[in-house]
Amino acid sequence: MPTYNIIVNGISQSIEVASDTPLLWVLRDHLNLVGTKFGCGIAQCGACTVHIGGNAVRSCSLPISSLDGKEITTIEGLSENGDHPVQLAWKELDVPQCGYCQAGQIMTATAFLNNNPNPDETEIKSAMHGNICRCAAYTRIHKAVALAASKIR
Amino acid sequence: MSTSSIAFNRRDFIRTSSLVGGGLLIGFNLFTACKPKVKPPIDISKLNFNDFNAFIKIADNGVVTIFAPNPEIGQGVKTAMPMLIAEELDVAWKNVHVQQGILDTENYTRQLAGGSQSIRLGWEPLRQTGATARQMLLNAAAARWGVDPSTCTTSEGIITNSKGETLGYGDVVKDAALLDVPEKVTLKSHKDFKIIGTDAPNVDLDEIVTGKPLFGLDYKVDGMVYAAVLRPPAFGQKLESFDDTAARAMPGVIDVITIGEKARALTSGESNNWTVALANSDKVVVIAKTTWEAMKAKNAIKANWVEETPLESTEFQDKQLLGLLDGNKFETLRKDGDINNAFAQADQILERTYESPFLPHNCMEPMNYFANVTSEKIHLVGPVQTPEFAATAVAGMLGRDPKEVHLEMTRMGGGFGRRLYGDFVYEAAEISNAIKKPVKLIYSREDDMTAGTYRPAIKYRIKAAVKDGEVTAYHLKEAAINGNMYGLIPNFFPAGAIANYQVDVANYKSNITTGAWRAPYTNFLAFAEQSFFDELAETMEVDPIQLRIDLLQKVKGTTDERIEYSPERLENVIKVAVEKSGWGKKGAGIYQGFAAYYCHNSHVAEVADVEIENGIPVVKKVTCVVDCGIVVNPLGAINQIEGGVIDGVGHAMYGDLEFKDGKPNSQNYDSYRLIRMREVPVVETHMVESDVAPTGLGEPTLPPAGAAVANALKAATGNRFTAQPFLKFTELMKVPAKSIIG
Repeated sequence: MPTYNIIVNGISQSIEVASDTPLLWVLRDHLNLVGTKFGCGIAQCGACTVHIGGNAVRSCSLPISSLDGKEITTIEGLSENGDHPVQLAWKELDVPQCGYCQAGQIMTATAFLNNNPNPDETEIKSAMHGNICRCAAYTRIHKAVALAASKIR
Repeated sequence: MSTSSIAFNRRDFIRTSSLVGGGLLIGFNLFTACKPKVKPPIDISKLNFNDFNAFIKIADNGVVTIFAPNPEIGQGVKTAMPMLIAEELDVAWKNVHVQQGILDTENYTRQLAGGSQSIRLGWEPLRQTGATARQMLLNAAAARWGVDPSTCTTSEGIITNSKGETLGYGDVVKDAALLDVPEKVTLKSHKDFKIIGTDAPNVDLDEIVTGKPLFGLDYKVDGMVYAAVLRPPAFGQKLESFDDTAARAMPGVIDVITIGEKARALTSGESNNWTVALANSDKVVVIAKTTWEAMKAKNAIKANWVEETPLESTEFQDKQLLGLLDGNKFETLRKDGDINNAFAQADQILERTYESPFLPHNCMEPMNYFANVTSEKIHLVGPVQTPEFAATAVAGMLGRDPKEVHLEMTRMGGGFGRRLYGDFVYEAAEISNAIKKPVKLIYSREDDMTAGTYRPAIKYRIKAAVKDGEVTAYHLKEAAINGNMYGLIPNFFPAGAIANYQVDVANYKSNITTGAWRAPYTNFLAFAEQSFFDELAETMEVDPIQLRIDLLQKVKGTTDERIEYSPERLENVIKVAVEKSGWGKKGAGIYQGFAAYYCHNSHVAEVADVEIENGIPVVKKVTCVVDCGIVVNPLGAINQIEGGVIDGVGHAMYGDLEFKDGKPNSQNYDSYRLIRMREVPVVETHMVESDVAPTGLGEPTLPPAGAAVANALKAATGNRFTAQPFLKFTELMKVPAKSIIG
């Protein structure tokens, strides 16, 4: 099997896997980074969202073969002590119910705020529209993105 | 203050012990504690700590740890239940650590069930457990001082005597552990609560936002392999043969086996009514080194399926259900007066039929389970809402002693009822038993949506009679797939309010597996009933809210003990909702719809505001008023209320699962629509101030949401929706030109 080199949360990793293995399963099964969640496998729910080069991507649908040499950030690497402004906002507003989708929500929100630190309500809604929360904690997710924006500014 | 007077003996579920390393351990059986009517299984004198499944540990330094091994599916009980203990223990919440129950115990299983009843049933016993510990600590301090315990007080973990001398809980835990469990304890009165009624964030918050392994899918052990299961694609099909040549040649594949025989043998027994999806067929299992390799190889299996029982379609089932409503094969669940006589004498009669589809649960964490079956023990780990049953059932299936089962709970990525049914636990255990390895079974989303235990499709027909301006008869008929409404539902509103009242039910047995789905039956019944009352008010030319209030007056002072809802509390939430929503006072362009409902022991009223955007009616806001008694954790409660409302709006608008030849028409989120951020209304929540015992919040705000939306859509479009999901009826969604402002 081929070997791929990726940088995950600042650490170089060399992984021997089939070329079509999605990044999600490389993270979860090979690198033991299980914070990134499996939800649908077809890039429709956002539970598996990670950053590549600062952009939010769906790791369940990205084959490892397309990522050689790429820098990847997962929820585990978003901040050293869980104190990224988005994580702090999530905690301040007690966002999660079951909590399963929240890593993906946080990663989507973080990438969005990096590109648009001063979003209006409609922009927040559009940015977060791709992430399903089955518990429907949407009201707090929305407020937390706005709060995080104010913390970042 | 009130002396506790519960109907069961505390000694049945509380024991204390000193710890080897110092400190006091108070064990209690949360399972028994939260089900007061359940007798402890064995002689109390023979119980040891292995028989208890929840613990308070007070260390010598005064640090309090509450072990809460109860299933957490997102409803917040892992936070709220320990709050009840901490309140009466009289410690500061910030000094309490809540931990998931010990994970490496060899000797006990945590026999716990979740559900909307956790807080209601735990209210007294959990506070009593905390009060018992407090009393023992206080008694120990009083003995050391040589004073009467009644002269001592506690506050935030400090005991003070009349001279002002103090001792910390940690100073006296060794002495307290030697004392007898007191027979009577005193519980705080409502006004003295320091923790109950304050905001407590989710106890797992730090772990969730940093991506720590909390969920079943995250659980791993050395040597673990992964399993993907190929099940019949349609209900009614059975495995005939398969070719695994290609799959076996794929990288990472360890083995390909079949399972099913053992679960089948078990479920055909009368003692087991656990629904098992697609259990009549063998299933093909791919065992691989990684999840992806297992999933990929599963898709390379070439299987032949044969029809064992008829492959049903939605169209066929609709006919069956309508046939039942038209027929006379009903079971009568409640009958007051004589509806036929009332219909014969009526001035007006209104009859409507309401139709709902099947719904998958769609927990965000797909079904999964870990099993390691060895000759010594059966190790089970993962997300299941019925762990006690899972342990017993697996032992039975494998012909093993239940004592050999060691079962661990994980946080669950949603439940909604799906994880009450542990078909995936059977599968994991049967696989591990066959391959003699620790195995993690993982469903793909497609597996999850196609091998479901769905909310059953249901049709209601409601008929009412009006005579001299009064509602004189109400006839509710239910035709449902596989089963019918149960428990107290036939005694919910409007039972007791209408002299001639009858509830009749019938069901059609399908080979499609069905089960509980958030607020079983009421999740659709509330829509039917509360839509009907709006239409009935129109027929009678009276105000729809006044009609409900008038009916509630007739229930006040009822001597009918079957009526559990409170007409006073339901009337109150209705009136508060009218006030808070600005009912009838909104300007042009805002169309409101109303619904009120009682279920899961809580009273709820909701008003939906619909506006027209780009010619389409859009739900912009829902005002929700809840009376759930004392609110234990307002921060968590509001989250539950908002989630329930939005879930209710989303499924009423979009939720749809049809079957064609036994196959569901959606298998993943590209074709199955769940509500998303842009479609979410503002939810304005009001909780009624109350000093009565708390009731559930995980479910009760969901049922009225669909009706409030339907009634608002009627106001906006002039069209009456009698079937869900609303968006399927595009013609009805069209807004008449006069409604479009500007």
